[in-house]
Amino acid sequence: MDILQTIGRDQIRTDFPDYRVGDTVKVHYKIKEGSKERIQVFQGIVIQKRGAGISKSFTVRKVSNGIGVERIFPQHSPNIDRLEIVRHGQVRRAKLFYLRSAKGKAGRIKERRRFTA
Amino acid sequence: MIGLIGKKIGMTQIFDASGKVMPVTVIQVGPCRVVCKRTIETNGYEAVQLGYEEVPEKRISKPEQGHLKKCGSPLYRHLKEFRPSFGQDITQYNVGDELNAGLFGENETVTVSSKSKGRGFTGVMKRHGFAGFEQSHGVHESFRGPGSIGQCAQPSRVFKGVKMAGQHGNKKVTTRHLKVAKVDVERGLVMIIGAVPGARNGLVTIHKES
Repeated sequence: MDILQTIGRDQIRTDFPDYRVGDTVKVHYKIKEGSKERIQVFQGIVIQKRGAGISKSFTVRKVSNGIGVERIFPQHSPNIDRLEIVRHGQVRRAKLFYLRSAKGKAGRIKERRRFTA
Repeated sequence: MIGLIGKKIGMTQIFDASGKVMPVTVIQVGPCRVVCKRTIETNGYEAVQLGYEEVPEKRISKPEQGHLKKCGSPLYRHLKEFRPSFGQDITQYNVGDELNAGLFGENETVTVSSKSKGRGFTGVMKRHGFAGFEQSHGVHESFRGPGSIGQCAQPSRVFKGVKMAGQHGNKKVTTRHLKVAKVDVERGLVMIIGAVPGARNGLVTIHKES
């Protein structure tokens, strides 16, 4: 297993803020169109983090025009320009899949003000 | 054609030049040494015999020791012969030459073979992908069976090669046209895009395709 962990170590990014599940984030994602490159921002709530090492990824969920949209980003992808935390969320579980079916009040997330990090 | 012997380490991911995630299998290859060469004059065919993984004397049998000592080579646990494809020249490989991961280049296509994971004696659903039967609606005693295996009076026998239950896996499997993503000559690592047959720590042979 040791060798596997060293694979892609040079690609691991350390420039990420300490984001958590429940946080509202802005993901600045690089998109290549032909030879041009532009940055698209995807804002939403982090509903899960999974994987370890180079394979780590996170899922961001937002509600766009009443339709839930989820996007999975590989955390160490060189195509992520940067990650910005808009709001810290106070949640009590590691995966927020309940947000998919939660309506109204149940779908809100309290703001985390007490920093334990 | 010529290739190398190695050990499957496992799978992971890397990002390619465009930032896309690529699943890769990491194989630790070599260093392999040319133990001896088979020639048309003496053996009737051409091949390069490679040795992999050095071992102390007590670990291998006397006949194997005899062969390796005759060739003036260190003792190896694994020996494999690589035959040139049609019209190919193997004069550049001499006895005693050491081959390492540098044999392969990035973006090269290779053939990988290894022993698949053994699954023991399995039924037709797992072994051949048969659909089985319904779990209800009057089916009794035969949920995962093969169904009919032939006709009645004519031909009044079961044809050879009919797919049935039996040993599944633990058999040599070859996957062709796999692409090399990255090579680390220093540590002897070859990263191949996609999956490779066999279990982790299993013996793998990688052949060049050109």
